[in-house]
Amino acid sequence: MTSETGPGQGGMSLNPTSLLGTDRGLGRQFTSTVVAILLGLIVGALLIWLSSALSEDGFQLDLPLAAYLSLLQGSLGNERGWANTFNAATPLILTGLSVAFGFRAGLFNIGAQGQFFLGAFGAAILGTTVGIPFPLHVIWTLVGGFLFGAFWGFIPGLLKAWRGAHEVVVTIMLNSVAALSLNWLAGVVFRDPAATFPRTSDVEGSALLPILLEGTRMHAGILIAVGAALAVWFLLFKTTLGFEIRTVGANPSAARYAGIRPARITVLTMSLAGGLAGTAGAIEILGITKNYPAEYNTTYGFDGIAVALLGRAHPFGVVGAALLFAVLRAGSGAMQRETGIPVDIISIVQGAIILFVAAEMVIRRFLPGGRRATGGAAAAPSAA
Amino acid sequence: MSAMATASMQRRLRPPTTLLGWIGVAILGVLAVLAILFVVRFWDGLIQLGEWFIFFAATRPYIILGFAVPIGFGALCGVMCERSGVVNIGIEGMMLTAAFVGFLFGAYLHEPLGHVPAAIVGVGFAILAATLLSTLHAWLAITVKADQIISGTVINILALGGTAYFNQLLVSTAGVSGARTLPRNVLSLPPEVYQVPVIGPVLNAVFGQGPIQMGLIFAVIFLQVMLFRSRWGLRTRAVGEHPKAADTVGIDVIRVRYRNVILGGVFAGLAGAYLTLESVGSFQDGMTAGIGFIALAAMIFGRWSPIGAFIAALIFGAARTLGQAVQISAPPGELGQAIASWPAQWFGMFPYILTIIVLAGVVGRAVAPAADGIPYDKESRS
Repeated sequence: MTSETGPGQGGMSLNPTSLLGTDRGLGRQFTSTVVAILLGLIVGALLIWLSSALSEDGFQLDLPLAAYLSLLQGSLGNERGWANTFNAATPLILTGLSVAFGFRAGLFNIGAQGQFFLGAFGAAILGTTVGIPFPLHVIWTLVGGFLFGAFWGFIPGLLKAWRGAHEVVVTIMLNSVAALSLNWLAGVVFRDPAATFPRTSDVEGSALLPILLEGTRMHAGILIAVGAALAVWFLLFKTTLGFEIRTVGANPSAARYAGIRPARITVLTMSLAGGLAGTAGAIEILGITKNYPAEYNTTYGFDGIAVALLGRAHPFGVVGAALLFAVLRAGSGAMQRETGIPVDIISIVQGAIILFVAAEMVIRRFLPGGRRATGGAAAAPSAA
Repeated sequence: MSAMATASMQRRLRPPTTLLGWIGVAILGVLAVLAILFVVRFWDGLIQLGEWFIFFAATRPYIILGFAVPIGFGALCGVMCERSGVVNIGIEGMMLTAAFVGFLFGAYLHEPLGHVPAAIVGVGFAILAATLLSTLHAWLAITVKADQIISGTVINILALGGTAYFNQLLVSTAGVSGARTLPRNVLSLPPEVYQVPVIGPVLNAVFGQGPIQMGLIFAVIFLQVMLFRSRWGLRTRAVGEHPKAADTVGIDVIRVRYRNVILGGVFAGLAGAYLTLESVGSFQDGMTAGIGFIALAAMIFGRWSPIGAFIAALIFGAARTLGQAVQISAPPGELGQAIASWPAQWFGMFPYILTIIVLAGVVGRAVAPAADGIPYDKESRS
């Protein structure tokens, strides 16, 4: 990762590539990431300890530990837990890749949420086609989900490349447009008349992802997600296109002088990023929900931002971050049942971890030899 | 930076040079032709519908203003931040936190304090909560120089999780009942005033409702004057457009930005307090439901000016009112029948689509302050 990253943090506007860290080596990045995770968990533990004051027994020092243990027990303690963990990691990896892929081209794809919805809806509709045999139907539906998501990424890409409209604001708006329009499409136009609450019809059995682990709900999505991570890694670091994408991300004007057309890269990157998030939605439909509920209540798209940030926008880092968040998510239900701590503590821990990643310069100050690294000199090595 | 901005402004008048540009022009052309055909075909119906809606809105402006209040206050928060060069997409989270904290104090205190003092204390703590978050945002964006989009995202994640967590622990599990809302008609104008045709309903919308709703009008006017007619406003705009130049003439860029972002939190706090302490008196998880993002849209649509943002908030509020109105009674005419059958979601999408159109520069271009989103580094040479 040392040689691949190293974009400057010059004074350009909103520069998400600044997150990729300076070229200070994998070791230091790894250390500060671990520190951020630990600090996030400590924040969560403090909060749990403080809220234990509300119970009849007053402050319980061991409650945070008990909560975290029951969380781990729930997500990693048995087969079902593992299945839930991998099932939760699958969409997180893909939406994380979506956001990370954008970061590499200097784009902030906040729209993974909307693209996820589009892909999920596309898959839910295509999955209901009758008469396509098993493996073909799955592939056809997944490709459809990818294309639906890619379309939702293409729009902000086009508007950015052609009109200079900032992708952050456009994707924020498109997230809401997606949620509202699909709420109507799934709840009215494509509504399953037999269902008690507004949703689309169940997809055909031939479109469902195969179960990997007998007796659990663990589906083959995790293989697709890890495959996608490998594919994104290969594309970014082993192909010409990937080099062009990273060049545009590091310095658009330099890329232009090198004969790369940043507009083309922007549209392509946003479309592919949308496709990745769309695939996440499609897998979620084909593996878990089996239909698109009009009130689709999920935050996988937004969580993708956190995953990409924690994974330092590197495909393999994304897989690791997604697995960590999946462990938290899959075990949170067991934690609430056993200790009464609301599952929402997970969001707080996630938010706190990202807060510490974002405030990394502050953390570095506390690392050995880190004091030098703060300030302008280290932040802008290639600004000159 | 400024050279790039000029280049993009010049580019807007030239024909496209790339395939993508032509695709865009082609899509726009088709849309324009469709729009013209639509207007020609339904001209009479549109007039009829317009008259109907003006009549509907004129008798119920307080509904429109009511929808516009959280959007407007949120947009003022955005104006405060972005005019000084700090992007804030955490308005949604600040609002949600303020809504919850305000509700919490209102709900817990109305027994011991009585309901009006409890609501007032609630508003105070709502503002305090949002201000704490905006201070966090200011610190991350200005001192740490973290990416401002990430900082805003962090605030949104923390707010959504934090309010849900404490709502379950302190409200649902504890069995706390709802808060009482702020009293209405605090200025207590005589009811005859509201009977005056034309002006009466408008006065009612402003003065006959709760204090926060009334406060929005004054906040908008105050901020508009301050931003464009005061020393503070000039400094704010200078810092947002060209911090280096502002620094050269002795303006403390860091201080101006800190002050603006933190004060912006006050408006986000009022927006949140309005939702729980003036509008409904209860709290649901995630109840802001994107109002913070609509506020962002209103700020852009209103070109980063308080009055503009307020007008945008009114337009968005009117669209939502129209969406509800057609459900209650179908407007007259063939077109009216068609619109009455539109689902509510279409009206809900209106602000977002309008903002995308404005951002794309199809109908007038929205240009952000030049230094928006760029951390200020005193020692950098750019």
